[in-house]
This record gives sequence, C-alpha cells and structure tokens, in this order.
Amino acid sequence: MMKMLLLLLGCCGLVLSDQNQSAPRDQRVFPVLSINYDYVQMPFEVSLWILLASLMKLGFHLIPRLSTVVPESCLLIVVGLLVGGLIRVMGKRPPVLDSQLFFLCLLPPIILDAGYFLPLRPFTENAGSILTFAVLGTLWNTFFTGALLYICRPAALDLLPCLLFGSIVSAVDPVAVLAVFEEIHINELLHILVFGESLLNDAVTVVLYHLFEEFAHTGEVTAGDVFLGVVCFFVVALGGVLVGGVYGVLAAFTSRFTAHTRVIEPLFVFLYSYMAYLSAEVFHLSGIMALIACGVVMRPYVEANISHKSYTTIKYFLKMWSSVSETLIFIFLGVSTVAGPHAWNWTFVTITILLCLLSRVLGVVGLTFIINKYRMVKLSGKDQFIVAYGGLRGAIAFSLAFLLSNDDFPMKDMFLTAIITVIFFTVFVQGMTIRPLVDLLAVKKRKESKCSINEEIHTQFLEHLLAGIEGVCGHYGHHHWRDKLNRFNKRYIKRCLIGGERSQEPQLVSFYNKMELKQAMMLLESNSSSNLSTVTAAAPRQRSRKTLNISKEREEEIRKILRANLQKTRQRLRSYSRHTLMPDAEDDWSETRLKKQREEMERRMSHFLTVPAPPVRKLESGERLRSGSFFFSERVSAGDESIRRKPSVVKFSLEEKKPHRGPEHLLEEDEELIHHRP
Amino acid sequence: MGSTNSTLLKIPNVEVLMQETGFSPAHIIRLHDRFKALDKEGRGHLCPQDFGEIKELAMNPIGDRIIGAFFSPGKETVDFHTFVKILAHFRPVDKDRPKEPNSPEPINSRSNKLKFAFQLYDQDKDGKISRDELLKVLRAMLGMQVTEEQLESIADRTIQEADLDRDDAISFEEFRKSLEKVNIDHKMSIRFLR
Repeated sequence: MMKMLLLLLGCCGLVLSDQNQSAPRDQRVFPVLSINYDYVQMPFEVSLWILLASLMKLGFHLIPRLSTVVPESCLLIVVGLLVGGLIRVMGKRPPVLDSQLFFLCLLPPIILDAGYFLPLRPFTENAGSILTFAVLGTLWNTFFTGALLYICRPAALDLLPCLLFGSIVSAVDPVAVLAVFEEIHINELLHILVFGESLLNDAVTVVLYHLFEEFAHTGEVTAGDVFLGVVCFFVVALGGVLVGGVYGVLAAFTSRFTAHTRVIEPLFVFLYSYMAYLSAEVFHLSGIMALIACGVVMRPYVEANISHKSYTTIKYFLKMWSSVSETLIFIFLGVSTVAGPHAWNWTFVTITILLCLLSRVLGVVGLTFIINKYRMVKLSGKDQFIVAYGGLRGAIAFSLAFLLSNDDFPMKDMFLTAIITVIFFTVFVQGMTIRPLVDLLAVKKRKESKCSINEEIHTQFLEHLLAGIEGVCGHYGHHHWRDKLNRFNKRYIKRCLIGGERSQEPQLVSFYNKMELKQAMMLLESNSSSNLSTVTAAAPRQRSRKTLNISKEREEEIRKILRANLQKTRQRLRSYSRHTLMPDAEDDWSETRLKKQREEMERRMSHFLTVPAPPVRKLESGERLRSGSFFFSERVSAGDESIRRKPSVVKFSLEEKKPHRGPEHLLEEDEELIHHRP
Repeated sequence: MGSTNSTLLKIPNVEVLMQETGFSPAHIIRLHDRFKALDKEGRGHLCPQDFGEIKELAMNPIGDRIIGAFFSPGKETVDFHTFVKILAHFRPVDKDRPKEPNSPEPINSRSNKLKFAFQLYDQDKDGKISRDELLKVLRAMLGMQVTEEQLESIADRTIQEADLDRDDAISFEEFRKSLEKVNIDHKMSIRFLR
C-alpha cells in the first residue's frame, strides 16, 4: 500500500521533472490510477495457481457422484490438461513442472505430513516386509525393466540409459499412493505395506539414479564402481535417517522450553523438519528418509511438550499444506503434459507399460514368497494383488526424468513422454479401477475403530507378558528389544526432552487424558444441552462404594462442559494481541472455577435453600475435583481442602431443571450440582 | 542327529508332549536345554526361586504374575511337561491345520491364548476381572508415577467401556470382545517357537 503511494508520488515527480525540462511539453494528466503488473507478477501468479487448485478441490466435492467414481488425482490431471490447453490456445507457453520447485517446495509438506502421522506400531511390526519390498523390489524392477528394454531394443538404446530409465520409472510414488489409497480405506496392513514401500524406496531410487547418471556421463563401469554404489546406498539411507534423527532430537529439545511462547511452537516443528530435508539434500542423501525420521523421532516428545492448541495447529497446517501440494502437483502434471516437448514412440511406450506391470507383479509375488516364511501373519493372494496393483507411479518419476541433461541423454524427450504415459496409465486406469476391485475381492477395509482404553491397557499388558515369556525362554526377540528401548526411553531420553511434570507421565495416563479430552470435545460439538438430558435419563448406576454414586462418565461430561463454558466467557473478554495467546484453558481453569464454586457455595449457604433430592446422585465436590485432576494434580488439591471444610447442607437434583437452555445457562445449572454431605 | 534322538529319549513321554503342544523335536530339545539351564541344582523341576533369577522377569512389572502362571494351584514345582505346555500357548498359530471336528482345540489357538492372558489378570480365579484386580494390574504397570485417584478413574472407565452385562467386572467374554480388533495371533506369539 505504501509502495503504491510511493509509486504514485514517483510518477508525480517524473511529471514534475518533465515539466522542468524544455519543450516539447507533454501536458500529462495526473495518473490517478495506474497499472503496474510486473511488480506483483510472481506472487500474484503463484497465488492464482494455488487458488485455482483449491477451487478445483472444492468443486469436485460439490458434484455429487463424481468423487466416488473417479479419484481426485485423475480429475486434477484432467483440469491441468484443460488449463494447459487453454494457455496454449492463448498463445503463451504453459509452465512446466520445474524440478527444483517440485523437490524443494511441493514434495516436503506431503512427506512431512506422512511421516509425522505415520502409524508407528504397524510400521515397525512390518518393517522387514516393507524394507524388502522397498529395496529388493525396486532393484528388481529397475534391472528387469532396464535389461528387457535393452534386449527388446525398441529404440536402439545402450544399456546404461535403459537402466537409468528403468530406475526412474520403477519407483512407487508416495504422492500417488497416498492420493488413491486415502480414498479406498483399505485395511491397515496393506496400507502401511504399500505406503511404507513408497517412502523407503526413495533411498534406492536416489542412489540408482545418481549412479547411472554418473556412469552414463563417464561412459564406463568397473566392478569397483558397482561396489561403491552399494556402499553409497547404505550411506544415503542411513545418513538420511541420521540427519533426520538429529534434527528430530533438536526439535524435541527446543519444544521443552516453549512454555512461554506457545504461538511459535508449530513453527519449530515445521522449520526443523524442513531443515532436515534440505540438509540431507545438500549431501545427496535421501531427503525423504530424513524427513520421515525427523517426524517420527520428534513426535512423542513434542506432543508431550506443546499445548493442545499448537498440536491442532500443526495437524491442520500439515494437512492443509500437503493437500495443496498434492493438488498442485497433479495439476502441474497435466499442464506439463500439454507443454513439454514430446517424442512419441509407440513401441517404446507400450513395451514400457507392459514391462512395468510385469515386473511389478513378478516382483511382488516372488518377494512375498520369500517374506512369508518369516512373517507370522502371512500375506494372502488377495493381499499380494492389492500390493502389486497399488504400485502407482507419479510426479517424482517425471521430475527425475526432467532433471536429465539433454547432452548425455538425447532421448530425454522420448523418456519424458513414456514416463508421462506410464503415470497417466497407472493413475487413471489403476487408480480408477482399484476401488471396485477392492470391493469385488472383498478385501478387508479399515475398521473405523474408536480408540479404546481397554485395548490400550491390554495391549501394554500383553507386551509385558511377551517380554517376560521371552525372558523365560531365554530368547532375545522382538519384545525383549522393544521393552529395553522403552525402558531406556523412559529413564534417560524422556527426562531430557520433555519439560516439566509431563516427563514422568506414563503413556497410559496420557492416552487416558487424550481420550477424556476427545470425549469432552465431542460432547460439546454435538448439541450439548440435549445430550445432558439424555444422559441423565440413562440410569445412573447404584454403586456399592460409598464415595461415588454417579457414573464417572457423567461426571466427566459435566466437568468438561463447565470447563468449556468457562473458556468461552473468558474468550469474550480478551483483547486481541498478536504476540500472546490467551493462556490455555488447561492451565488455569481450575483456579477460576474453584473461585466461582466457592462464591456460589457461600451464596447458597446464606440462602438456606433445600430441595429434596429424589435420585441418589450425590456428588462430593472435593472428590470430583481430585479425580478430575488429570493434567495437574498439585494445583487442584490445594483448593480441595478449603472447599471440603465448608459445612453446607445443600442438595440439588438435576431433574428439576429444564434441559432446553443454551450453554450459558448450563453453567449455572451445573454449578448447582455442587453439594456437600455434612 | 543321533545326539538329538538320544536327548529326546531321555525326556519321558516326549511323544505325547509333542502331539499335545505341536512343537517339533528341535524345539523340544531347545526348551529342554533352557529348562536345564534354569534348573541350576539339577533337580528335574523348577521352583519359584529359579524363575526369580531371570533378570528380565525381575524387571518386568507383571513378572511375579507370569511366574505364578507356571505353577498350577497347589503345586510348588514345575516339571518339564508343564513348562512346555505353558510355553505352547505362545506358539504362532498354524493357519493350515485341518479343522478336525472332534479334536480339542490346540493350546496355541486364539481362544486359549486369551484365556491364558485372562488368568493372569484374574488371580482369584472367579472367572471375572473385578475392579480391585484391575487396579492391582494398573498399579503394577504404572508404578508410583500415578496417583490413586487417577488409577481409579482409569479403572472405572475401563470397566465401564468393557462391561456389557453391568456387573461391574469384566468376564472372559467381555475381555475377548474388547480385544476383537487386536491381532492376538500376532501379539501373543513368539516367532522362535514356531
């Protein structure tokens, strides 16, 4: 705005200076409105693209049946094609998916989102199978495709370019897999197998790509080079993981001290992860593995340290960025298809597609045969089919091909065309047909399971049991090492990386707290007042224990409603400040509430109200407060004693109150539940 | 091969054992070696002290319950047969076993694995996990880092979630139901015992 003004002033200055010079005098009218597009061109166009992508996403879901039949990725590619065609018709050259833009800006958010929310338990349980598919599977695909292409000679190519092409086209793409598998809700095992494979094969792809590119450049291969290639693979993979791990630990450590600057907590998470990616890319290590390692390492500690709001922010920002990135990638893929120079070679393209399919099927079947010997839960034929069919190729292959230099590879255009065709084939044909096939083969879908505290407790119990039995057998197996790792984690690492009291909190308790919080949020989002009445109608259980005569669930709900309402009233009073957030409800709700309760009780005492309470639903306030102290036991217990000592004789029953009130009224309603026994 | 046969012959009723548990001869021998290593005094049976010497069990929060599971009620020693039978619970499930209608369920079936785990919770063997038993387990697993009230809330919530017949305790059926989504075959099997 200021700059616009300055510009206008500058124009004025120019006009004035013009007038100071000699004739010919141009009587220019003062330019009230002038256009300066070049100034904003770059950000403007970027924003326009992102806006287009988001509007497209919006549009797809408004058309009723479309999103169920066609996966989003296909639709976006079609949109990209249309846009590219439009630009071409307008006479300009459509932009091509710049590899640097892709690898540095578009890919990291998707991978970070995947890595941060990676379900760790299924991943580690199937790590062996995933690694086998990723490493051996990709190697097999590369050499099979490359060798057969060389033998069939559709385009008179040497061995090395064939192998290079094989390495580019054989990698399963995480973006495409995510886009398609997200929509079909397949069971967890298959999802993690295909998805894990697509993430981990990056290391192999990077090594093979650089290897073959180097060899093609120098022109000859020796046995020593091959050996170096193998060494390089380990360096790339393990180095990437190490870099990611280091940054993850740094992020966890930093988050320990962010108690007073909650606003920028999410920023640390994003920055450290991005730095991990970039640092790995500096050394040609696997950036994807660094990003995954960083996310996995930092998550448990960061989540224990940051506030609930920051956690939500991180979650939603990651989802937002990865969603936008994915959309942009597919649109750009479509646009690049229209733009790029094409060299269509029927035989080459068809043979490539056939070989890709064949090598994938053979690879999966062969490898499954081997790994089933070591698995406890074997992969059936149906599983193998889905794993093979889910091997989609995507934008990574395209970008890698785009990076090839034209001098070393005169057939680059042919490669690009073939790769685009393979991508289109896998995304359109396989992507569209996988959903009906999953239904047809009756593959197990992911069960929408509510997390259950029973499962958590029993699973932990079983883990301890198995570790013990392994001890009895004298066998140092899976459970033994996991147990040792957990113990090490608890004793040393958690103490360093988690600040404050939370470092001592066992996993079960934090799980329980999360569940309670979730339930409370759910209760508030649904119509809370009507819920309250229905819950009261559900018969409260008569317990034999003397202290509690109300169901715990009911109690928790009341507590949460109170807490949320307190939050609301406080929110209305705060003024907006960019640098500070309102303090978290979790932190000091207890104090405010205790104060309120005390005032209420004093008020009631002075009025001597007594209402007969038919249902035996007594609630001892002190007891309730104590049992509700899931975040902060110490602070609440201080207030306990003072309330307990008040000798009031007031009893209320909930049924006297009408349930049809808004949340503000609920506050008073629930306050009246507080009554003491003499 | 000759030595293994001779070792096998030294174990009484080894054929019956192999048939009941489904272990291969190699496994029986391995377990026999382990049994002998644990039985330091060479008495031919194990007592609780022998188990107590295993480091991993000492550090395990439910170590004493596991030890208790090996000893049938009333008996103070564990002989080799019982040892192998208990460990047979943790064999991975054979998926290709033909389902004979009249034969009893193998020891390592899903149901028997769950029963074993259930017995570890249910110390007084009344067929239900009462609130107190659950509290004891939680206390053992969570140590001293948790207050009594937190434990009680967790225990209450657990029972509430699982208890379908509202008797304030978890029966075996309810236990099984709450674990229906967990892959017990995977979670309760030790690979080397295959």
